[in-house]
Amino acid sequence: MKDISLPHLNYAALAPMLILFGVACVGVLVDAFAPRKARYPIQLVVALVGLIAAFVAVVLRAGKVTAENAITAAGAVSVDKPALFLQGTLIVLGAVALLLIGERALERGGPFVAQAAITVGSDADQRQAARESGATEVFPLTIFSLSGMLLFVAANDLLTMFVALEVFSLPLYLLCALARRRRLISQEAALKYFLLGAYASAFFLFGLALLYGFAGGITFAKINESAQNGTGNITLLYAGLALVSIGLLFKAAAVPFHVWTPDVYQGAPTPVTSLMAACTKVAAFGGLLRVLYAGFDRVHWDYSPIIAAIAVLTMLVGSILAVTQTDIKRLLAYSSIANAGYLLVGVLGNSALGLSSVMFYLVAYGFTVIAAFAVITLVRDADGEATHLSRWAGLGRRSPFYATVFTVILLSFAGIPLTSGFTSKFAVFSAAGGGDQSWLVIVGVVSSMILAFPYLRVVVMMWLSEPGEQTPSVSLPGMLTSAALVIGVVITIFVGVAPQPLLHLTSEAANFIR
Amino acid sequence: MVDGYLGSYALLGVLLLVAAAFFGVAFGANRLLSPARPAEPAGKFETYECGLDPVGGGWAQVHIRYYLYAYLYLLFAVEAVFLFPWAVVYLRQGVPAVMEMAIFVGILALGLLYAWRKRVLVWQ
Repeated sequence: MKDISLPHLNYAALAPMLILFGVACVGVLVDAFAPRKARYPIQLVVALVGLIAAFVAVVLRAGKVTAENAITAAGAVSVDKPALFLQGTLIVLGAVALLLIGERALERGGPFVAQAAITVGSDADQRQAARESGATEVFPLTIFSLSGMLLFVAANDLLTMFVALEVFSLPLYLLCALARRRRLISQEAALKYFLLGAYASAFFLFGLALLYGFAGGITFAKINESAQNGTGNITLLYAGLALVSIGLLFKAAAVPFHVWTPDVYQGAPTPVTSLMAACTKVAAFGGLLRVLYAGFDRVHWDYSPIIAAIAVLTMLVGSILAVTQTDIKRLLAYSSIANAGYLLVGVLGNSALGLSSVMFYLVAYGFTVIAAFAVITLVRDADGEATHLSRWAGLGRRSPFYATVFTVILLSFAGIPLTSGFTSKFAVFSAAGGGDQSWLVIVGVVSSMILAFPYLRVVVMMWLSEPGEQTPSVSLPGMLTSAALVIGVVITIFVGVAPQPLLHLTSEAANFIR
Repeated sequence: MVDGYLGSYALLGVLLLVAAAFFGVAFGANRLLSPARPAEPAGKFETYECGLDPVGGGWAQVHIRYYLYAYLYLLFAVEAVFLFPWAVVYLRQGVPAVMEMAIFVGILALGLLYAWRKRVLVWQ
C-alpha cells in the first residue's frame, strides 16, 4: 500500500483563516462557560480582537506573497493577491457589520432574541422579549461565517470551495432567524434562505461532479488544462460550468436566482442584513471571479453571452422592481440585486481590468450598504424599526443630520459624481467597454437611471414632505453604530473624491494564481 | 456497444426501460385476468390483512426534544466515520496524524461541551 503523504501547510498564508476559526471556537467556549452577564463584553472584544489579528495577518502576508508561494495545502488553497485583497475586504467589512451586530444601546438587550426556540407569542416569549438580553451566540456565528468566506475566496479547487460555501452559509441561515422583533417573518426568512440555499448547494455539487467527469480533477489548474488541451467531453464541461455557476449566482443574488433576496433581507435582523449585503456579496463574487477567470478562462467566449444575458436581466429586474417597493429594506434588497448586475458587467470585462474593477466595486458598495443599514437601525418607534417608506416622510425636518447622512448614501447608490457609487460604476463599465461589451454598458447606464428614481424618491420624501404623526424619531446611536456609520460614510465619500489609492491597490492585486 | 462518455450509462437506460415494461405488463395482466368484482370480506382493508388487529393510529407524535439527541448522535456518527480510516494509517504516519485527529476530535468535543453547558443533556 502506498504511503499517504500529508499535505504541506503554509501557516503564514493560512493564518487569517486559522485565527478566525480559532476565535469562533473560543467564542463557543465563552458562551458555554462565562457567566451570563459577562458574555456580551467578552464576546464583543474577542471577536473584534480576532478580526484585527486576522487583518494584521493578511497585511503581513500581502507583503510576502509571490506566484510561487501562493498555493498551499496540496493545491487546495491559493492565497494569491486577489484572495488576500478580498480577505482583507471581508475582514474590514465584517468588523464594521459586527459593530452593528454588537450594538445594544438602541434597544434593551440588542437586536437579537434571547432564545430562538421559544414559541412566538407564548408567555415565555413575552417574558424574554421584555427582560432577557439577546443571544451572544451571534458573535461566534458571525466569525464562523466570515472565516468560511475567507476560505471561499481563496479556494483553489471546487471541493474546498463547496466546503467553504457551506461553512459561511450555515451560520448565516441561523443568524437570519434570530431577530428580536417580528420573529415570525425572521424565521420565515431563515427557512426560505435555508431551503433555497440548500438547492443552490445541490446544483453546485452536481456541477462539481460533472466537471470531475470532464477534467478528471477538481482543481482549477486541472480544469483549465483539460479545457486548453481539448481533452474530455465538452458537454460535461458546459453542463458542469452551468450548474456550478447557478450555485454561485444564487449567492450573488443574480436574476433569475434572486427570489430569496427581498424576503430574506427584509426578515433578517438589520445588522445581519448588512453583513449579508456587504460580505456575502464580496465572497460570492470573489468565488465567481476565481471560477470563471482561473478555471474557465479558455471557454470565455462560450459563457460570456449567457453571463451577459443574466447581467442584463439582473440589472433591469432589480432596478424596475426597486421602483415599486414600499419598504426601505426591500428597496435596498432590489438595489442589491441590481448592483449584482453591475458587478457581473465588470466580471465580463474578462481581464485584469475586469478583476480589479469588480474588487473596487465590492469595497465601495460594501461600505455604503453597511452605512445604509446602520441608518435604518436608527429610525425606529415603539415597535422597533420603522421600515415602511411612508414613515420616512418628513424625516429631514425632524432629524436633519441623519437625513443628510442617508441622502449622501442614497446619492452614492444612485451614482452621483464625487461619491463611491460613481467611481465604482465608472470602473466596471469602462472594464466592460474595454472587453468589447459596449451594449452591456448601455443597458447598465439605462438601468442605473431607472434605479436612481426610487433613491431620489426617498430623498424627496425625507426633505420635501411635512413630518406627520407617523414619522418616527431617530434614536441616538450608541458608540458602535456611530463608529460603523462614520466609517461607512467617510469611505463612501473618500473613495468618491480620491479613488486613486484604492484603484492602485486593486490593480496591484488583480492576478489569480491557479 | 454504445460509444461515448455516457455510453456506459446505456445499460442503466435499458434497465429503466425493462423496469417500466415489467411494471406495465404485471399490472396490465393483473387488471385483465382478475375478476371484476373482488370479494370484500371484513378486515380486508385493515393495515395488516393477517395477524393481529392493529391498535391505535399509524400517526404518533415524537417529542421535539429528540432532535437535539439526533444532532448529538450525528456528531459521533461523523466522528466514527472519520476515525475508522484514520485507525488504519495512524501508526505509519506517526505524530502528525495523531495531532490532526486530536484537533478534529477536539473541535467535535467543543460542540458536545457547549451542549452540556446549555443543559441539553438533561431531560427537563
